[in-house]
Parts: sequence; structure tokens; C-alpha cells
Amino acid sequence: MKYMNKSIEELHELLKNKEVTSQELIKESLELSHKVQEEYNAFVTILDDAKGVEVTDNLLSGIPYGIKDNYSTKGILSTGSSNTLKDYVPFFTATAIENLTKSGAVPVNKTVLDEFGMGGTGTTGHTGIVKNPWDKTRMCAGSSAGSAASVAAGVYPYATGSDTGDSIRKPAAYCGIVGYKPTYGMISRYGLFPFASSLDHCGVLTRNVTDAAIVVDNMKGIDENDMTTWDSKNIHLKESLTGKVTGKKLCYIKELCDINMYKNPTKELKEHLENFQKSLEICRNLGIEVEEVSVDKTLLNALASVYVVISCAEATSNMSNLTGLIFGPRGEGKKWDEIMKDYRTKGFSPLIKRRFVIGSYVLQAQNKDRYFHNAQRVRRLLVDTWKNLFKKYDAVILPVGSGPAKPLDGSKDILDKDTVALEEHLQIGNFGGFPSITIPNGFIDGLPVALNITGNCYDDENVLNIAYAIESKMNYKNQIASEVNHD
Amino acid sequence: MTKYKALIGLEMHCEISETNTKAFSSAKNGSKTSNIDLPNSHIRPVDMAFPGTLPVINKEAVKKALMASIILNCKQPEYIYFERKNYYYPDLPKGFQITQETKPAPVGIYGELTYECKDKIKKVRVNNIHLEEDAASQDHLESSSVINYNRAGIPLLELVTEPDFHTADEAVAFLETMRSIYQYAEISEADSKKGQIRCDVNVSIMDEDLDESDPNNWGTKVEIKNINSFGGVRDAINYEIERQIELKEDGTYDQMEQQTRRWDEDTLSTIYMRGKVDAIDYKYFVEPNIPKIKLSKSWLEEIKKQIPILAPERKEKYIKDYGLTEYDAKIIVKEKAIADFYEETITKGANPKLASNWLTTNILGYLNKYDLNIKDIYLTPQMLVDLIKMIEDRKISTKQSKEILVKIIEDKKEPKTIVKDLGITQITDEAELLKIITEVIKENQHQVEQYKNQPRVLDYFIGQTMKKTRGKANPSLTSKLLKQELDKQ
Repeated sequence: MKYMNKSIEELHELLKNKEVTSQELIKESLELSHKVQEEYNAFVTILDDAKGVEVTDNLLSGIPYGIKDNYSTKGILSTGSSNTLKDYVPFFTATAIENLTKSGAVPVNKTVLDEFGMGGTGTTGHTGIVKNPWDKTRMCAGSSAGSAASVAAGVYPYATGSDTGDSIRKPAAYCGIVGYKPTYGMISRYGLFPFASSLDHCGVLTRNVTDAAIVVDNMKGIDENDMTTWDSKNIHLKESLTGKVTGKKLCYIKELCDINMYKNPTKELKEHLENFQKSLEICRNLGIEVEEVSVDKTLLNALASVYVVISCAEATSNMSNLTGLIFGPRGEGKKWDEIMKDYRTKGFSPLIKRRFVIGSYVLQAQNKDRYFHNAQRVRRLLVDTWKNLFKKYDAVILPVGSGPAKPLDGSKDILDKDTVALEEHLQIGNFGGFPSITIPNGFIDGLPVALNITGNCYDDENVLNIAYAIESKMNYKNQIASEVNHD
Repeated sequence: MTKYKALIGLEMHCEISETNTKAFSSAKNGSKTSNIDLPNSHIRPVDMAFPGTLPVINKEAVKKALMASIILNCKQPEYIYFERKNYYYPDLPKGFQITQETKPAPVGIYGELTYECKDKIKKVRVNNIHLEEDAASQDHLESSSVINYNRAGIPLLELVTEPDFHTADEAVAFLETMRSIYQYAEISEADSKKGQIRCDVNVSIMDEDLDESDPNNWGTKVEIKNINSFGGVRDAINYEIERQIELKEDGTYDQMEQQTRRWDEDTLSTIYMRGKVDAIDYKYFVEPNIPKIKLSKSWLEEIKKQIPILAPERKEKYIKDYGLTEYDAKIIVKEKAIADFYEETITKGANPKLASNWLTTNILGYLNKYDLNIKDIYLTPQMLVDLIKMIEDRKISTKQSKEILVKIIEDKKEPKTIVKDLGITQITDEAELLKIITEVIKENQHQVEQYKNQPRVLDYFIGQTMKKTRGKANPSLTSKLLKQELDKQ
């Protein structure tokens, strides 16, 4: 690896000074892609015919990157990691990707995700499981598993992701990198295969906060094809990274961060929460005020169910277009409904079918108020609670998950009731459409762990700047995964 | 029917044909040209629900829907939302239709409209009017079906009335009033021949002497789906009333469940589709990709001001300003295209009475005979003006003018060209005609003698003159000159 471990700005300097060509970068990235594919199974497609482009003043020009395979890319296989679209080649490109292309960015592969983003393990894509480059026996988390693994493994400086519950920010944490989803509507979703439209966000996985700012500066923008986008031309993420954070105020939530809240905490959880407190000390040393706040535990414990209800309901409807009649492999049968049923039965994994059943159930007339409408009410309560915090604090800082990446064998995959809220609180960022960024903040048993900073809508510059300042005082910036030894 | 009265409610679907693009897509709205367009030529990726596509609302469609809501005296909501109506069908590529349920409020609720039925003013309550998207159209062939996505996504207005109609005539009179409103407000051509209008009807009967304002007295509601013409609505209602009365007379009415039926045009009967228990659960929820839109008072005011002059006002104007009879004025305003045509001929200088006569008799007669729309024929207001002028100038006779009208339409030629081609210009020059008449009198001395006792022989002379001029002689001038010359003999 000569170049691909470098940051975007470093690569841009090299390109500008003609110390390396775009073509050379693409070549290296493609070679690394094949290697990483063999090791970790991170890609659906490697674009071997990718070519170098002219280098302009745009920081992204000429530099390779990866695209999560749920972004529609014209003329390039786009599967959503699902058998239902295993041969689907779109004839239009997602706006966010179009924007990157205009910046001169060069895609070199399409990365594996949990089928249509509906999973958090990176194990349910139709091309098989994605392994964590820090430890092959562990998961990357999902759904942006391939993007996280390849950025962590140093295939390129960044890959796009999408985030409906924590699909960018959790895999980033498990892979020791940065994951950022901006405010809802800052990046167009046109061309992103939908999971749950009111929760879906586009975003990016990088190895440092500056790169995340640069990439989203280039992805964002109002789009006539997505009514939920808004004009962000006055937001300049990269320029906002001053590192000046004195007087900023952060809060963390006692019910999630206090070890005494857990009946039988694991050793990992203890270390994770202790490590988090160390990060808070770093914040204080930066001149940031950090306070503990309390949030109703009942409300926090409801968030995971709220997410399941709303995301499954929207997903059931969003994926009703997958009939195999207009696109996708045609099912067998004499009549259209037989053809459609055959296609869906064969195409979807059991996990997705389970979610469709849940989604359908909660929307049925007799259940709708009890489940769907109640979930929306609790969503509103949670969002209001966070918005109240943002009146006093610049952002909420919390640990991501209950520890490092979980083993793939599932031995620790039993959901501990106690830690559900800690595992799932990133979903609040989706409920409110809040800007939210995960950065690595240490290691447990040689595996990376992370913290998350979530701020109020449209306050992306502030959130990124705080993350940038904290990152600068820690040693996890630009880290490349190196496999831990299991001896 | 003496013992029972029927309660009839309507759901009228009408495509908004007067927007450039579809309801939630930038594809062309081909509603007006659906009968001639190449199938699947007006499609954007969103119309076929390719993954990642998103709906984008057409503001013009919302505006037209709000205009309809205002005309129907409905209440407009503070915010506009859209909802997904989820169900699988091949004509619905997304697997759901974007529509508006009554909660949250659609573009209009709780309105009312007065309409005329057999010279009586009636009133109907409007439950709601909402904006949605049309589905694709399908043709079922012998062993396969073909789908045309041109129609998928065309804006559609669904109007739901309370069950305030008592007869098929009332229901149809209301539909005709609505068609006129849609046309005059430039919301839609409202042409059922192009499939722009489709109706669902619900019918129940109850004992005549009971109070219909109490829903407890109502009978069992039967809904009849997908009726594509006003004639069909009339027939379906009448059939269904009869059917339900028979059940009453048989004593089996109380066993009839609430149900959905369909109108079968081949057998002219309603056919059972499903009962209440099989009703589809559409799992409505708010469409997350369309943010709620706040309706400003100023925008609503602006739309209100833009409502064009509707049919009743035009009718009054024709009676007052152009001296038309109530009867003629009514015929002309019935279709906006006819009224527009009429006004243009007057603007271009035609005599209002003559233009009215032409339209209400010859032109409408022709259109009805061949089931045509005035916009689809070659005749323009200017041509009618020219035609009327030629008669006034005695260049052609009334009889000839009728033939010329048909030729204009069928040969697609200007009136002047036809007159020239046929050489049917009249001889209106007195001296020229006098010369011919003198010849005719000279050649028919026997008849001149007869004329002295039998004035009807004049017709013979007219005939001879016409024969000699090959019909070109102006009839009234010929008659006048012949009389004058014969009396001299």
C-alpha cells in the first residue's frame, strides 16, 4: 500500500504536484480491492475498467472511492445485495453519486450491504458475509459493512454509506473509522434504494473527520428529484473545521453511560464505558463543558421497538415495487400474482420476509393505532426530548454500542435487554434527522470502539467541528485495520 | 318504486388533463392524447417504480385540485399531505398509490353544490375531494395482458358525495354539472370517451315513509365499481334499484350483505365481486417522501381569483348580450369546447344568432352523428365566420352552405377552396341573370301562357333557370326577376 492509506488532502497534494497520477491511484485501489475481496468479501462488483481522470482543484478529483451497492449507478450492476436485483443494471445514477462524479471522484467498486440495508450484521447480503478486517471472526456490523471494511482496510480514503438506524455509524465503530450521516435532506436520496424513507440518510465512511466533511460537501445539495432536500449552499463543512471548541457544551445520558445502570455488565461493557469517560476528559481538556443528563428510562427502552415498527412498516411498502415484472429476474407462474409470489419467495432472505410480516401486521387497520401510530407518538417524544437537550447543549455525546465488534459465530449475539438502548440509541439520530458522527475512541482487546456525537438539525458544521477537535486529541485518526492476533 | 326510495352516492374519478406533467413525475401528462399516443412513451423512471426513484409533487395539479375544492365550496386544509394506499396489482408499479385519505384532510372536505335536474335546482353534499395518481392501463388479450404506463401517474381527482341522490337522473345531472365545471375551470377535458372519467356508485333503498336524515333507516349499501360512462351510471343505478326492490319483495333483502359489485356492459347487469369481510385493507400511511405543504391564505385567494367564468354565467351572457333563447344558450354552454368555439366566431365577427343556429343544429348534429369532438374536426371558428359571410353576401345558398360544411369537415379544406373547386359560386349579378331569364321565357312560351292563370308555374321557371345555370343562380334573386319579367308578358 503506497497511497491508499492516505487522507484525501494528502492525496490531492500528491496529485497536484504530479507525484502520482489518478490512474496510478485507481490501479492501486483496484489491486487492493481484489485482495480485500478475497480476505473479507466486501464487494459485489469491482470496476476493473475504472480509469483515472483529470485532476482539478476539487479535492476529490482523481481519487478512487467505493459505492454502497444500494446506490443506483447507471450501467453498473446495482443489487442492494439482494437476489431480487441480482442482475439489475440501472439506467440512471443516484444524485449523490452524480455529484461525486462531477467533483471528479472515481468509483472503483460497489460494496456489500445487509440485504437492502435491512440488517445490522453485514452477514445477510446475497454474496455472503463481510468479515471485519481487524478480526475475521468478527462482524463489521451493518448495513454498510462492505464500505466500512474496505475503508478500514485502506482500499481508498472513503466509501458512501446509507443509514436508516445506524447503518453507517455502527459499522464505522466496529471497524475503527469515521462514519457520518448529515441532517436529513442535506444529501439527496434520489437513486438510493429505499429501506424506510422517513429514516433513510445518505452519508459517508472515512478515516478522519476532515475527509468526511470534504466528501459530504461534495455529495450534498438540493435536488429537484427529492422533495425532502433543502438548500445547504451556505453550509461549508470542511471550512467549519476550526478546532475551536472552547465554551461548547456537550451532554451524555446517565441511563446509558453509568455502569451502575446495568445488572450484570460484561468486562467489555465496563471497559467501554470507562474508556468513554476518558474521552469526556479529553473534551473537558479542550475547554468543552460536559454534563450528565437524565432521560426517562422507559422512553429509552422503547426506542428499539419504535424503530422496528416504523422501519418495517415503511419497508414493506417501499419494497412492494419488487415484483419481478418490470425488473429483476422473472418468477415462474401462470398468472401475474403467481409470478410475483415466486419471485419474492425465492428472492428475499427469511430475515427480510420477517420484517415484511411485522410491517404488514403493524399497518393493518386493527393494529395500526396500537403499533404504528403509537410508534410515531413515541418517535415524536424521543425527538422532542433530544431537541430540548439541544436548547442547552451543542450536541449529545454517547458511546457506540456496548463494546467492540461482535463475533460472527453468534455466541454473543443474544440481545441483552439491559443494553438494548445502548446498542440502539443511534436510531434517535434517524428519528429526528439529526446530524450524527461516529469516531473511534480506543480499543478493547485490540478491537476498536467508538463514540458518537449527535447535534440538532442543520447544525452539521458545529457537530463536525466538535468531532474534529476531539479526534485531534486522540490517536485513532487515519488508522488502517491490522488483524489482531488470537493466540 | 312507490313504496321505496333510493339513496345514491357517487365517487367520481376525473383525470386532470390540463397539466403539462404527471402528478408526481416529470413525464408528460398524456391524458388528452391517450387515444392516439404510442404506448409507454410518456414515462420517467418513477412511473415504473425503478428502485430509488422518488415522487415530486406537481404544484399545478395541486392548484387545479384546490380550485375544484373551492368551486365545490369545500373546506381546504391547513396542510396538504399525501398517503400511500398499499395494494398489489400489475397496473400499480410501486405497489401503492399516492392518494389522500380523509385523515389527514385532503384538498377539500364537506362542500356542497347545487345543480339542475329537469329544470329543478337540487343540492348535493360533497364529503371530500382528493388528489391522487392514476394507474397504468391494461389490455387483456387472449393469452396475455399488455400494460401501458402512459396513464400511470396522471393526476386524478376523486370526488365523493354523500348519498343525496334519489334517482339515476339526479346522479347523471350532477355528473354532467361536474363535467362542465371541470371543463370550464380548465381542470380537465372530462371526456369519458378518453377514459378520463370513471365512476363508482353506491345504492341502497329504504321504505319511502321513513326519515332519510336518520342513517338507521338506511338500507344496505351496495357499491358498484368502475363505470366508464354516464349512460352506464344511469343504467347501473336503475338496474341496482330494481334488483334491490326485487329482494325486498321476495323478503330476502335483509339477508343481503354490504357488498361490492361491478357493472357489466355486455349483460347490462351488476355482478357480485366481494362482500364486506373481503374488503381490502389498504394499510394507509403518510407518504414520507412528500413533506407536508402549508397552504397559504394568499395562494388560496389567488386560485379563487383565477377561477374562470363557468357555464351558468356564460349562459346568462349569451341570453342577455347575444339575444339567444334559454334553450339554445343551454345547448351551447353544455360543452366548454362548443361555447369557446361559439365565442370565437362572434369575436371574429359572426352574427351571434346565425352562429348559434349553425352550432346548435348543423354542427352539433354532425358531431353527435359521428361521435366527434369539435376540437377534432377541421372546421375552425374562422371557417364558420367565412361560411356565414358567404351566405349573407348571397354568394352561396343556405342549401349549398350545408353541403360545404360537410365538405370542410370531410375533405379538410377551406370553405373558399371548396366553393371554388365545385364552381358553386352564385350568379348574383342582376344583368347577367336577367339575360338568362329572358332566354328561358323565350324558350317556354307555352308555360308563360299557363302562368297567367296558375302562378305556381313560377316554380317551373325557377327550375329551368337553375338548370341553365347549373344551380348557380341565386334562388331569391331568380324568383324576384322571373316574377317581374313574367308579369310583363
